[in-house]
Amino acid sequence: MVRIGVVLFPGSNRDIDAVNALRVAGAEPVVLWHESADLQGVDGIVLPGGFAYGDYLRAGVIARFSPVMQAVAAFADGGGHVLGICNGFQVLTEARLLPGALLRNRSLRFVSREIAIMAERLDSPFTRAIDARRPLRMPVAHGEGCYYADADALDTLEAAGGVLFRYVHLDGSVAGGEEDRANPNGSLRAIAGVTNAAGNVAGLMPHPETAVETVLGTDDGLGIVRSLVDSAAERAHGDRPVVVTIGAR
Amino acid sequence: MSSVAVPPVVDEPLHRRLGVTDQELGVIGTKLGRAPNDLELAMFSVMWSEHCSYKSSKPLLRTLPTAGEGVVAGPGENAGVISIGDGLAVAFKIESHNHPSAVEPYQGAATGVGGILRDIFTMGARPIAVLDALRFGDPSDPHTRHLVNGVVRGVGGYGNCVGVPTVGGELVFDPTYGGNPLVNVMAIGLLEERLLTLASAPGPGNLAVLFGSTTGRDGIGGASVLASATFGADEPSKRPTVQVGDPFAEKLLIEASLELIERGLVEGLQDLGAGGITCATSETADRAGTGILVDLDAIPRREPGMAPFEVMISESQERMLAVVRPERWDDVHEVCRRWGLPSAIIGRVTADGDVTIVEGGLDPDGRPNQGAVELARIPAPALTSEAIVHDRLATPPPRRRAAPAPGSDVEPTAGLPERGMDPGAVLVSLLGGPNLSSRHWVHEQYDSHVQANTVAGPGRGAAVLRIKGTTKALVAATDGNQSVGRVDPWLGAALSVAEATRNVSITGARPLGVTNCLNYGDPTRPEAFWQLQEGVRGLGDACRALGLPVTGGNVSLYNESPTGAIAPTPEIGVVGLLDDVATCVGPGFTAADDSVVLVGSSTPGLFGSAYAELAGLASEDGPPSLDLSRERALQAFIREAIARGLVASAQDVSGGGLAVAIAEACIWGPDAGIGAVLRLPIAGAPAVELFGESPSRLIASCRPRHAPALILLARQHGLPVDELGTVGGDRLLIELAGLGATGAAEERGSRIADAVDVPIADLAHAWWSGLARALGEDGQSASLPEDR
Repeated sequence: MVRIGVVLFPGSNRDIDAVNALRVAGAEPVVLWHESADLQGVDGIVLPGGFAYGDYLRAGVIARFSPVMQAVAAFADGGGHVLGICNGFQVLTEARLLPGALLRNRSLRFVSREIAIMAERLDSPFTRAIDARRPLRMPVAHGEGCYYADADALDTLEAAGGVLFRYVHLDGSVAGGEEDRANPNGSLRAIAGVTNAAGNVAGLMPHPETAVETVLGTDDGLGIVRSLVDSAAERAHGDRPVVVTIGAR
Repeated sequence: MSSVAVPPVVDEPLHRRLGVTDQELGVIGTKLGRAPNDLELAMFSVMWSEHCSYKSSKPLLRTLPTAGEGVVAGPGENAGVISIGDGLAVAFKIESHNHPSAVEPYQGAATGVGGILRDIFTMGARPIAVLDALRFGDPSDPHTRHLVNGVVRGVGGYGNCVGVPTVGGELVFDPTYGGNPLVNVMAIGLLEERLLTLASAPGPGNLAVLFGSTTGRDGIGGASVLASATFGADEPSKRPTVQVGDPFAEKLLIEASLELIERGLVEGLQDLGAGGITCATSETADRAGTGILVDLDAIPRREPGMAPFEVMISESQERMLAVVRPERWDDVHEVCRRWGLPSAIIGRVTADGDVTIVEGGLDPDGRPNQGAVELARIPAPALTSEAIVHDRLATPPPRRRAAPAPGSDVEPTAGLPERGMDPGAVLVSLLGGPNLSSRHWVHEQYDSHVQANTVAGPGRGAAVLRIKGTTKALVAATDGNQSVGRVDPWLGAALSVAEATRNVSITGARPLGVTNCLNYGDPTRPEAFWQLQEGVRGLGDACRALGLPVTGGNVSLYNESPTGAIAPTPEIGVVGLLDDVATCVGPGFTAADDSVVLVGSSTPGLFGSAYAELAGLASEDGPPSLDLSRERALQAFIREAIARGLVASAQDVSGGGLAVAIAEACIWGPDAGIGAVLRLPIAGAPAVELFGESPSRLIASCRPRHAPALILLARQHGLPVDELGTVGGDRLLIELAGLGATGAAEERGSRIADAVDVPIADLAHAWWSGLARALGEDGQSASLPEDR
């Protein structure tokens, strides 16, 4: 079975959701403690949501210095797949493993609600298992999720295919700026998730891992989690096709 | 004996400045067989405060039913615990943080969440949900807006960070709370029954271990000063007594505590809340029939120069007291270290039954060092189970209006709707009002999904949380009723129980138990104490009638300000169990052509309704009556109907009455809402039928082929039932049928419309934008969402 690490920082709180989602997606979750640089031979890594180290200074800013993050950076350098969700995305931008920054929501309030995102492309390691380019409904819950980079950097990112997800309306049209409810935090160009130049590290603010079972209202996030699992499996076991069993434990 | 630093002597003796009466001082002397020293007096003052001792309410609370199926822990423990099968149990409790929130809304609310969460995980349960019941004054008042903003940010700031979803609650505006807001927070936890941990200190020789945050000067005397006295004009001077919360520390405390319990490393565990170390040591010792010897010097502090009394009564947040066998200390210490939490052995369990405080350290055997000084020695029961109890005087107010008895022939409220008033316009106004409009402005500041259990989050009558690894779900609701309670405190309490349990039952779940937060005025005022007495009687009567145990709660008295006392507000929290989450039913209509059925019937009386507040009301009107056996039948009916698969949606009729209940079912329908075409047979005044808030009613929708069976089932339960019409279209049409309706209206010469006829989009817009408008927070919230 594919083993996916879930990094546990003090203050992580959506590790529960990530562990649950990985199980639903047919992988074996392995909790990785922040004080240890031993990744226990995992095939891929999730940095979960939460408030790592309390996030009192700035989201993600302390976590990047932890022993486990040194190991995660090395894992990513070697081509390993790393997905940062919410606080995990913030940690990855702070660690410069992903471009851009996540600023306070333009509303200056925490925002928690169901939104929709759409994958820009379905050929990335983090979107390959998504069935179609359609709006995917899932929750957001964050205070610092406004994606920001300067205009040149955004142009470069877009040209390189680095934008993975954008906030969209339910009809699939891209969300507007902060005045548009479909863009929950005022992210520039409605960017909800990005990937690095090598394509093996990705982050997004919404919570696909909390949206993997219809009993909770939507399983639209499952495609993203399955994509990570499939990509990690493929890298670990060569081109062997991966059989994924869907179903809650 | 070292001297105790206390505020400089003015003219009053120390005990009075600490809130201890002369009579109480006498009783303390009797219990000790001597006069207390200053430290002991400080310890008594917190433990004998209303907040810690329940000295006014205890005799009343003893009358409540506490036994019930599956009850594992009831009142007196940190939280009620009820078994739910599969080796699992649910822990739940509601608690107030009213006074701290009035002084410092962000920290007051935040520490309110922190405190109730600790009550849950102290028992070995992982907190899985929070519900916040908030009550404020006029929403247009800048001070109210400041409080709302701070409290909502505080609840969110804490809950979001600790990773416990806030899944429900209430936000109510009523002028009665203008000088004294209510912040009641309910928490729910899930535990393996075998891990149930009690807050007791067994085994003389065991170690008393304090872990979590260090002890500082914050929250000195919070229980005695803030929670147990009426607000006066000197409110700002109480600011230093509000505690400061650190949700990150709490998150670590949750994980460390649950790991200690899971690994069997602790014999007992108690959180430190009101009364701090004094309370935790005396309560755990008293429960086990032991004593605790505390080494004052061993308590880790965050600031130098603290006097012994400050250390002993500090309410610094995020601390826990564990009772640990000496051979397990190393493991306990290591668990705490790994979670980044300081831990220290601060004393020993003893066999002498006393809480003893020494300065100068303990030897390796746990005896005071030579030369150590004993600062205080108090029998643990004297501080807790045998604390003083007062027999307060209860006197009803001189002109008490009785609620009309069920079935009595009361004149229907005349003259309403007012001349020329269009019921459709009334409906739009009600839906857009501060109390009935969408609460999304609040809920969207709370993480309601974390932990991946939330089937139905905030904004509906009840929250639904699936239980991983099972087919089951927990269902929870809070409700309070101050509008009726102000004239009939018995009825206000009973109605609150009826509504909260109904909200749980209409999802299909079986209510398991009740927790309550009793918010009342100064118990030394006979009228306020009478209100409390009546409220507890109403709570007990309703719970007995519905067959439910009261498993715990909290009493908040002295809710008064210079503008007067609040209306009595018993806040009721209910947890229920749904055996199969797949059968869960929501309140919104689900499909066009479904049949709409009204179960239950209205009784006269508009007092306390949202309509009465909007329209102005004849002062002689009374509240609607409550028939508890009818309520029980209604809830049994809907649970059975849902279990048999007959029901597509079920919606409680409460605030705003039938018209609002139906409008909400439309707004919450598929996509952007769905209409309905209905014909309402009415016998009484149209206002009573459309907008009256008689209890024990619900609106259900079902597939047309199920309607006969649903109606038959209602009749078998002895319930009045009417088929009103069908779901469909994009308008809500309610035609009023029956002689009583138009006939009465014509007789009065008014020109009311015969029907409600409003586009769903208009209803939705009013409902969606109402709260933000009331709070002056329009902006992003102004635009309608694509889907609600």
